[in-house]
Amino acid sequence: MATEFHNLQELRHSASLATKVFIQRDYTEGTVCKFQTKFPAELDSRIERSLFEDTVKTLNNYYAEAEKIGGQSYLEGCLACATAYVIFLCMETRYEKVLKKISKYIQEQNEKIYAPRGLLITDPIERGMRVIEISVFEDRGSSGSSSGSSSTSSSSGR
Amino acid sequence: MLAARVTRRWEKLPGKNTFCCDGRVMMARQKGVFYLTVALITGTCALFFGFECPYLAVHLSPAIPVFAVLLFLFVMAVLLRTSFSDPGVLPRALPEEATFIEMEIEAANGNVPAGQRPPPRIRNVEINNQIVKLKYCYTCKIFRPPRASHCSICDNCVDRFDHHCPWVGNCVGRRNYRYFYLFTLSLSLLTIYIFTFDIVHVVLRSMDSSFVNTLKETPGTVLEVLICFFTLWSVVGLTGFHTYLISMNQTTNEDIKGSWSGKNRVQNPYSHRNIIKNCCEVLCGPSYPSVLDRRGVMLEAPPATTTAPVKSTTPEPQTTKTTAPLIPNEHTPEDVKPSIDTTSDKTCPASEDEKPHLSQFPPLASPDSDTEAAPTHEVSQ
Repeated sequence: MATEFHNLQELRHSASLATKVFIQRDYTEGTVCKFQTKFPAELDSRIERSLFEDTVKTLNNYYAEAEKIGGQSYLEGCLACATAYVIFLCMETRYEKVLKKISKYIQEQNEKIYAPRGLLITDPIERGMRVIEISVFEDRGSSGSSSGSSSTSSSSGR
Repeated sequence: MLAARVTRRWEKLPGKNTFCCDGRVMMARQKGVFYLTVALITGTCALFFGFECPYLAVHLSPAIPVFAVLLFLFVMAVLLRTSFSDPGVLPRALPEEATFIEMEIEAANGNVPAGQRPPPRIRNVEINNQIVKLKYCYTCKIFRPPRASHCSICDNCVDRFDHHCPWVGNCVGRRNYRYFYLFTLSLSLLTIYIFTFDIVHVVLRSMDSSFVNTLKETPGTVLEVLICFFTLWSVVGLTGFHTYLISMNQTTNEDIKGSWSGKNRVQNPYSHRNIIKNCCEVLCGPSYPSVLDRRGVMLEAPPATTTAPVKSTTPEPQTTKTTAPLIPNEHTPEDVKPSIDTTSDKTCPASEDEKPHLSQFPPLASPDSDTEAAPTHEVSQ
């Protein structure tokens, strides 16, 4: 069942990757960046449903904040237009600021919640904002593989 | 052998783009028409500043050349931003993601009897109560997000793909559409401005000397008027067309394909049904970041050999340009299938004793082969 890992470094160096789960985008509200909160079956034994849903909902909220069309985005747009967009060479856009927050949040979630359960979330920006990739690790010493017919556990190779 | 210089991701990206300034600038391969655009704009403005401006500054107002300079600088700034920026290219799926999607498709299709073509790879999503079909891209191995399209010239899937513009030497997509629109708008204004003041200048000068003499004194005027005349019709027309598209929240691609027109077709689910709101979303929306990693550093790895008994497995480049599906299906050419098996041998030597049918699936990456984990032993090679 769930193997204990103490930190991310241990996870990366002593565990072997069993499978990867991909959380797809939710397009029901258009092209805004939003991920499905449906709980994947492969994580059933690894993490509590509520924790997973919390993570995805928080990420969705961050993205909604970044893409919000309101006073601040108009101001940023008009100011940038007035300077012929040269200002973007020195200024960080609101979206980029939110992306930094997201990156910190994901790292924090990995350290506190996911790594102890043998999971690792990859920032969606590294996958073209298409999916949230969750890597499922198995301890080298444990036998058997996690769910998914495609896993080739390299624990047999030691 | 330690690499003398770092390899950045743009050097290994698939697709037919050219990159400059170490990955900061991204354009299409054919840039000839773009150079023509720059030459026409700078040439015409140079003639205007040389022939018309001295006379008009003195006889009318010095504000005329000043405004012309500002307008010219604005046009060049937005043109370069349109041409050099990432239009919203979607990176291709990494092997694991591609495999995952293939497995989902196979599961959804069920057993296709031999000899029959499998059903087209389409996913239906409901957006604002309309059913939109998402198509699968065989090159990028992803289901394209809504409004994305694959540009065959650049060989990339581009988000909110509008069209590929040879005049700017780049695709026009989500990230650079507003710059493109501002370029056409400001160029229209610049063209009208130069045209108007050319006429004013010729009229004013003809009052002192004859019309023919005026043209002899300022031959540049004739060339300017000609260029402006032909530019006016095309650029002003284009600006008008894009203003219409923006007010309807449509892309050129959708307009050409007739995605939202016709009685039986789906209505545009992205439109807010309000012109102001549509314009605001397209022009004043947030500026989206690039999701294509161009400047990330790639770790140098030794070339892969099947005899190497090294545990530090050679990492497959993150953006492998594969043209065959990872799971061989009836479309895979016969000569490609064995190479899929040798790939599995290289990265997972222990799999030889496993059942033969498992070698059809490429082994999932181990942490060592994931360059993001950055194990130190790879760098020392």
